[in-house]
Amino acid sequence: MTRLLHVMTAFSGILILLVLISVRRAHIRVEYSVSWLTAAIILLILSLNRRLFYWLAELMGIDYPPVALLLIVFFVFLVVFYRFSIRISDMKDSNIALAQRVAILEYQLRSSHEEQEKSNHP
Amino acid sequence: MKPASKGNRLLILIPAFNEEGAVGQVVREVQRSMPGVPILVIDDSSADGTAGVARAAGAGVMSLPHHLGLGGCMQAGYKLAYELGYDYVIRVDGDGQHDPANIPKIFNALLTSNCQMVIGSRYVEKDGEFTSAVRGVGIVLFRLILRPILGKRVYDPTSGFVGVNRDALAVFSRSFPLEYPEIEALVVLQRKSFRFQEVPCAMRPRRTGKSTITALKSIYYIVHVLLGVFVNILKYEGPRRR
Repeated sequence: MTRLLHVMTAFSGILILLVLISVRRAHIRVEYSVSWLTAAIILLILSLNRRLFYWLAELMGIDYPPVALLLIVFFVFLVVFYRFSIRISDMKDSNIALAQRVAILEYQLRSSHEEQEKSNHP
Repeated sequence: MKPASKGNRLLILIPAFNEEGAVGQVVREVQRSMPGVPILVIDDSSADGTAGVARAAGAGVMSLPHHLGLGGCMQAGYKLAYELGYDYVIRVDGDGQHDPANIPKIFNALLTSNCQMVIGSRYVEKDGEFTSAVRGVGIVLFRLILRPILGKRVYDPTSGFVGVNRDALAVFSRSFPLEYPEIEALVVLQRKSFRFQEVPCAMRPRRTGKSTITALKSIYYIVHVLLGVFVNILKYEGPRRR
């Protein structure tokens, strides 16, 4: 169990570092890094604070703590993915509306140019 | 294309994706069937010469900056038609399956029926003569599901040969299903208590190109549309909706 918690500590630390580097290099926008950092910090706190972790496992009614750890990891990242699904859907809606508006404006611009050409060269 | 005037209230929309082999002929047939009625081809970012062929045939062409799929493509056309003030829009597919000779029948039903939507239906007169077993199973399934939702029988819920009036145009320009929109669009209109009518229309085999619904996609299609129907029934129409 101790080794598993050490692995979790290392994993959480690497995840935090990775996210911070990505934000610094502008690969991830700050607002999207918040979900990942929150998830990684929750895992880091649980892996470092054994009493808190065992208390949580007991609260969940799980006798074998590694299972509790896996479940917690699963739920934390499920929340992260759910948040991203909402963001992606929202961005897709915006993208479609934007593409349609570009097409409409481009069409109207082209039509008015053609009208102008016709009136200039009847 | 000019904004609609009193004598110019109908617009024919032709959604097309990689249909350079068929779209020119479709445009010419529409011109023969409805002389003087403006035709707009919405090119869903085709990789071939669809836009050029349609333009050469005499249609207006609106090209999308990237591929949106049938629903996004049609909604772009509905938005433009609504903004230009058209009262009626009839969709004719760019693959040649819809016979433009039936457009006057659909337009006449739109003018006289007091319905917001008119569907060109393969099965009003020839019920049971399905083009394939998979399509037959799908259509029977959707009929069963849609009957209690729509409050009346719909013979051909998957038909894309559809005419709408300005009331439906206003709704579709704000909210239109993205993928496989035909069935979901019926539910969208039902939520507004709009009426629809079916008129018998024979369909032709597509001239060239590939269908958006292949045999492999049939199961995905059924699941997607079923989900779409139920989501549309439950849909929250709050301030975030565009």
